[in-house]
Amino acid sequence: MDPMAAIRETFFQECEEQLGELEAGLLLMENGTAEAETVNAVFRAVHSIKGGAGIFALDALVRFAHVFETALDRVRSGQMEASPPVLNLLLRAADVLADLVRAAREGGVADAAHVASLVVEFNQINSGAKPPAPAPIPTPVQQWEIIFTPRPELYAKANETALLLRELQRLGEMRVVLNASRLPELAELEPEGAYLTWCITLEADCTAQAVRAVFEFVEDDCELEITQALPAEPALVPGSIITGDNGFSFEFFPPVEAEEEPAPEPEPARVVQKPPTQEVAAAAREEARTATIRVDLDRVDRMIDLVGELVINEAMLSQRVLEAGLARASGVAMALEELEHLTREIQDSVMAIRAQPVRSVFQRMPRLVREVAAQTGKQVRLVTEGEGTEVDKTVIERIADPLNHMIRNAIDHGLESPEKRLAAGKPAEGQVKLAAMHRSGRIVLEVSDDGGGINRARVKQKAIENGVIGPDAQLSDDEIDNLIFLPGFSTASTISDISGRGVGMDVVRQSVAALGGRISIASKPGLGSTFTLSLPLTLAVLDGMVVAACGHILIIPLGTIVETLKPKAADVFPLDNGINVLRLRGGYVPMVDVAVALGYSERRIDPEQSVALLVEGEGGLRAVLLVDAIHGQRQVVIKSLEANYRAVPGIAAATVMGDGRVALILDVDAVLRNNRNETARAEPARAELTLQEAI
Amino acid sequence: MDESISKPVNVTPQQQELIAFRVGRQEFCIDVMKVREIRCWAVATVLPRAPRYVRGVINLRGAVLPIVDLAARLGLPGSEPTARNVIIVVQIAQQQIGLLVDAVSDILTADEKSIQPAPDVASELVRSFVKGLLPVDGRMISLISLDLVLPTELQEAA
Amino acid sequence: MQKTILTVDDSRAMRDMLRHSLMAAGFKVLQADDGLHGLELLETEMPDVIVTDINMPRMDGFGFIEAVRAHESRRAVPVLVLTTEVDIDKKQRAKEAGATGWIVKPFDPARLVEAIRRVSS
Repeated sequence: MDPMAAIRETFFQECEEQLGELEAGLLLMENGTAEAETVNAVFRAVHSIKGGAGIFALDALVRFAHVFETALDRVRSGQMEASPPVLNLLLRAADVLADLVRAAREGGVADAAHVASLVVEFNQINSGAKPPAPAPIPTPVQQWEIIFTPRPELYAKANETALLLRELQRLGEMRVVLNASRLPELAELEPEGAYLTWCITLEADCTAQAVRAVFEFVEDDCELEITQALPAEPALVPGSIITGDNGFSFEFFPPVEAEEEPAPEPEPARVVQKPPTQEVAAAAREEARTATIRVDLDRVDRMIDLVGELVINEAMLSQRVLEAGLARASGVAMALEELEHLTREIQDSVMAIRAQPVRSVFQRMPRLVREVAAQTGKQVRLVTEGEGTEVDKTVIERIADPLNHMIRNAIDHGLESPEKRLAAGKPAEGQVKLAAMHRSGRIVLEVSDDGGGINRARVKQKAIENGVIGPDAQLSDDEIDNLIFLPGFSTASTISDISGRGVGMDVVRQSVAALGGRISIASKPGLGSTFTLSLPLTLAVLDGMVVAACGHILIIPLGTIVETLKPKAADVFPLDNGINVLRLRGGYVPMVDVAVALGYSERRIDPEQSVALLVEGEGGLRAVLLVDAIHGQRQVVIKSLEANYRAVPGIAAATVMGDGRVALILDVDAVLRNNRNETARAEPARAELTLQEAI
Repeated sequence: MDESISKPVNVTPQQQELIAFRVGRQEFCIDVMKVREIRCWAVATVLPRAPRYVRGVINLRGAVLPIVDLAARLGLPGSEPTARNVIIVVQIAQQQIGLLVDAVSDILTADEKSIQPAPDVASELVRSFVKGLLPVDGRMISLISLDLVLPTELQEAA
Repeated sequence: MQKTILTVDDSRAMRDMLRHSLMAAGFKVLQADDGLHGLELLETEMPDVIVTDINMPRMDGFGFIEAVRAHESRRAVPVLVLTTEVDIDKKQRAKEAGATGWIVKPFDPARLVEAIRRVSS
């Protein structure tokens, strides 16, 4: 990548971080729990975005950030109170700033009307503020007369008049006349004296300040007269002395010493007061202990690969030791156990490197809540918990969408309208709580609301109407609640613009299942519902069931397995097309012989001689997979087949087993889809029926 | 091994170092620069619905390596591999592939000029993979084009 | 002789940008992400010019410049402020703290290099 593109990328990454801080800070201010530093951090975030945007000439972003920053600066300095309306504006501005950043990053355009309306609002609340500095205006060429008479001190401080004149010449056309009339006779000439005066005519498109700036270092050590030879000087640009094409300005200050008593040479014996810097630096070192370093992700991934290999090697070694018939208590076996322990620890630590707090995703939710609340006319307070809970980077990137859906759903369907809430004796403002926690090696995310809970009668009714369940189905409360995850449950009448966007909770469940996760709901009538999402901590490993099909070892992702069954011949019914279905709790589920599906074998195994696994894939599609045997569960490291080969239909990825051999991970969704297609081709009407009954 | 075969010495730009191996009764060679390592046969995991000449995949230090049975690929009579068989791991574009052969026979240096075009007498299948023939002490070693040996689906990507 | 520039800025993008332009101009570049970190570096390094931002966490540019000037041996190091601040009061504060120059972002790399050359010659 070329360096500028890389810096640009860094800038946008930083913007994301700063937008997160901005939002978090503003929310603290809204809660009234902000400290002085919070306000500073909020200001800095916007200020930083503005600074960086300037480098890349992202003008729209710079302009908006500037207005935003001006308001924040007034809040910071106490000139403006952070009242609820002001905070509301600031929060909305944060959203717009985020839009502008994203538009700049993706080369798109933000909603100009929206941006403009906020700028107007800002201008109204900023009206009492000092006007922002106007953009530097190009100054027309003017003529300056400069009379410069150095005093002896000027020379004593090792200044060179020649250098000053050269400096001046940079500004424009210059003519210099030396007036040496004060030069005494040689006999009276003091070697350290100053007798010369320069009369300079300068034609330059600069301000008087720019001319004066050249002399700023020596101002106190000379006589200086600057007059303008031509009419009125235009408005001065505050602070800019040298003006560049892109608003760049540079100004010299006079040396600090010039403003103080000339410092005497420090005497050697003098006790130098301990400068405060040392204490400060010590504090800095203290802080540095929690310092972070940035590491290329590739390096971390390489390390994870290597640790994966270490785990495999360690397993292979154990197996060899076992095969060699060494006693469990032998020195080798005990050392091996130690090795195993260390290996797990290394694996955990390496995985922890990639782990990130879920904060970055949580920080996006307040905006969503504001939007959905506005659209639905509900009053919502979002409470978050466990933002620091860490999970693998790959997982973080993929939980945002399901969370989005769940929160939309909680507000749209979970919470009641303010009127209904008041009527039910609840506060008008509803609460949606988003919590993250670690539980038995997985990350658990909970979205709960204090709304009305699931209306079971209505859900059941709807499920019957949509043909999701039979009219006489007997379902427990829990089963009814979980109907909302079934495809086809969300019908036109339940899809609103908010939680719908044409998708229902079944889509959430699918994307969660694709991550090896599970989702469930618990609901209490009148009190609210809690959605619980459980995900693996990383996508680099997978919990799988090790099975054998026609002599081949396969891994079936545990997340897809609903239960294991031992089918009875009496429950197996052949369809006309040769596909068997299994009767299961009143429904019929198609049976898939894994070895046949993968082309390992032509002949189906006898269902009674096999092990059956009820699996569920995307879209709630279910089937019973038949395999020869189950060899147990284990966590496997996922290896790509595509890196050196290509995608294989029916296979999701590969892994390496304890004996060093490669085992394939079954792509349950592909197998289900394929099976459905075959079934559908053979006998469409009946297949539909079969699938729909299969709950 | 025949002592008179030219050994790799200082290879000039016109010269190529080649690794020669046997498949059945024929001898083939490939550019040594393409070879990453040579290892002995390990039982491969069969891939569903793979071409017949793809033996499956093995674990190469944590990476999944597909194994191409060269005899099957070239349409030559082959037999079930044993521990005596050899896998030549080659790099083709971004991918690594293992070639299952009977044995590695030699490493030699060939002048580009000494490589002769493949004659018409060879079987069509062999001819389509052979770039040229290299006479070495009365033996004829076929120089194979690795890109063409790849499973067909991978050739475009390579 | 190759001059060493210490840049103090909390923005990674800005630090990268400064490093990129200053290294291209033949300077050696030291980087700190805030004032405290800058001071820490100054315990072992003596740059020829310091370029600092104003708005930074932990220790801002004003505090940093004051701390730099508080140390006898660092009185002579030119300190340029590189900021998006256009507020005259802020500029005055920087001046009082002991800054040598004031540059308003967005900066033009060529001009920055020129300013550095001017204060360090």
